[in-house]
Amino acid sequence: MTDLPDRSQRRLGLAIDLDICVGCHACVVSCKGWNTTAYGAPLSDSDPYGPNPSGTFLNRIHTFEVKTGDATATVVHFPKSCLHCDNAPCVTVCPTGASYKRAEDGIVLVNEDHCIGCGLCAWACPYGARELDPAEGVMKKCTLCVDRIYNENLPEEDREPACVRTCPANARHFGDFSDPGSAVSRMSRDRGGVDLMPEQGTLPVNKYLPPRPRTDADVGADTGYGGPDNLPPAGSIDVLAPFLEPVAETPSGILGWIDRTLTRL
Amino acid sequence: MHPAPSIILFTVVSGLGFGLLFFLCLGFPAVSGWTAFVWFFAAYALAVGGLALSAFHLGQPRRALRAFTQWRSSWLSREAVLSVATLCLCGLQALLLIFRADGHPLLGGLAALFCLGSVFCTSMIYASLRTVPRWNHPVTPLVFCLTSLGGGAIMTGVPVLATPLLILLTAAQLGAWWIGDRRFADAGSTVETATGLAAALVGTRTTATAGATRVRLLEPPHTGESYLTREMVFIVGRRHATKLRILSLVCLVILPLCLLALPAAGPEVTIPAVAAHAVGAIVSRWLFFAEAEHVVGLYYGRR
Ligand code: SF4
Ligand code: SF4
Ligand code: SF4
Repeated sequence: MTDLPDRSQRRLGLAIDLDICVGCHACVVSCKGWNTTAYGAPLSDSDPYGPNPSGTFLNRIHTFEVKTGDATATVVHFPKSCLHCDNAPCVTVCPTGASYKRAEDGIVLVNEDHCIGCGLCAWACPYGARELDPAEGVMKKCTLCVDRIYNENLPEEDREPACVRTCPANARHFGDFSDPGSAVSRMSRDRGGVDLMPEQGTLPVNKYLPPRPRTDADVGADTGYGGPDNLPPAGSIDVLAPFLEPVAETPSGILGWIDRTLTRL
Repeated sequence: MHPAPSIILFTVVSGLGFGLLFFLCLGFPAVSGWTAFVWFFAAYALAVGGLALSAFHLGQPRRALRAFTQWRSSWLSREAVLSVATLCLCGLQALLLIFRADGHPLLGGLAALFCLGSVFCTSMIYASLRTVPRWNHPVTPLVFCLTSLGGGAIMTGVPVLATPLLILLTAAQLGAWWIGDRRFADAGSTVETATGLAAALVGTRTTATAGATRVRLLEPPHTGESYLTREMVFIVGRRHATKLRILSLVCLVILPLCLLALPAAGPEVTIPAVAAHAVGAIVSRWLFFAEAEHVVGLYYGRR
């Protein structure tokens, strides 16, 4: 049923430490590796060795720059997978009942045998956490590695999500947010864990731990530039940068014709 | 949002079909016998054909029947259930008109209400998405319903029905654009709220710096396209939005209004008027998708 449970008994999820993530994409690869061979249909790639490779992933890393006025910018690597929202809009829009939130642990899953691949749940998710697999025609999303965390065939230390297990910097932590004493709850309390897009009303379970305060002196020590304005040494900007202009996105074919005609109007 | 042809045609064509059924069930034009058969056949062809088109954007169309199960929470499911119920009710009225030469007024009224309900449910699939602020307001269902009723009224060839509906549609369509253009800003989602970074980092630097904390995308997660960018970060074609808006209004209402104002009547007026209205509806619906910005674009530095 795509009605949401009133309250899930446990709230399993991830605490993602933005201070620690180094943006290595190891969790992306291990997530793809585990989930393409485990639960449900494999995660397909289209044109993997051709000019336009694209693929289905359940976890992706963005990199943002944060800057206040003229101060040195901070670069933050930003892993993003399903946040297993308490008020998950992706679940209620599903016409088939394929999407559901488990009452026992709060994990949001897709029953791939019932999914018709309408894509509405991906539209309803503000975070881009769902991707329609083009080969299978069904919706794929992070399962919180439900087939690992309860899997008694795995050694004890492997019973956590693949991304958490693999992270070389220990930036991803798995646990129960309904238990105030759990490591993830304490971490989130101590570090001021934030919800993404709270204005969307999704009540995410996953928390993001913001980067720790840092001073310009720290930055100087990190980079070796130092000095009051922390400028990189002259000449260190890549001389090839101007040649790296983005490729123009002009439509071709019938869209191109419409485009040219409308421009002339 | 990516303007998929199957979805655009599905919403426009099924809307026209339900619009025509609405008026046929209410007795405009008053038809019976073979004439009724032809009218209802045309309306069914549009409504059913439109609904069938929607299957083309499903990844697993063979399981489409499952979409009838979740009417308690999902507008898409409600739309499926209500459309089938509507087609059954209209079918009963059609049978009465064809074989008994007289419909049942209560049944006709109920069927007409269901027609409107089906179009309303279609529109609510989009209007209920908070993630697409341009759609997420009450004028969206108003435009869908009035487009459908306006088209149906033009087909009946009765100007007293069509003219006021088309004028209302103009107002609703202009209103939808006016509200839609402001919705994203009003919804309050920014790259700062999407990442939670600006608020978290304010005041963490010892250097006293003036100015707001700004977040921008430095590196996207992938250099090529993905399902997300193809489906939800569609930006090609928006630069012609104003011209297309004018074109759509001209076809959607102005041409049909002019044609209906002519002293002549009959198919030589109705057919071009319907054709113009349909083209206008398709352009307007294309814009509805192409101009819509999904909040996930904030994670990709483009909307
Ligand atoms: S992050 Fe997206 S897919 Fe995951 S539960 Fe929330 S709304 Fe649904
Ligand atoms: S794509 Fe599948 S899971 Fe998503 S809303 Fe449609 S049927 Fe439900
Ligand atoms: S919990 Fe599992 S499925 Fe989810 S992002 Fe991590 S590895 Fe991928």
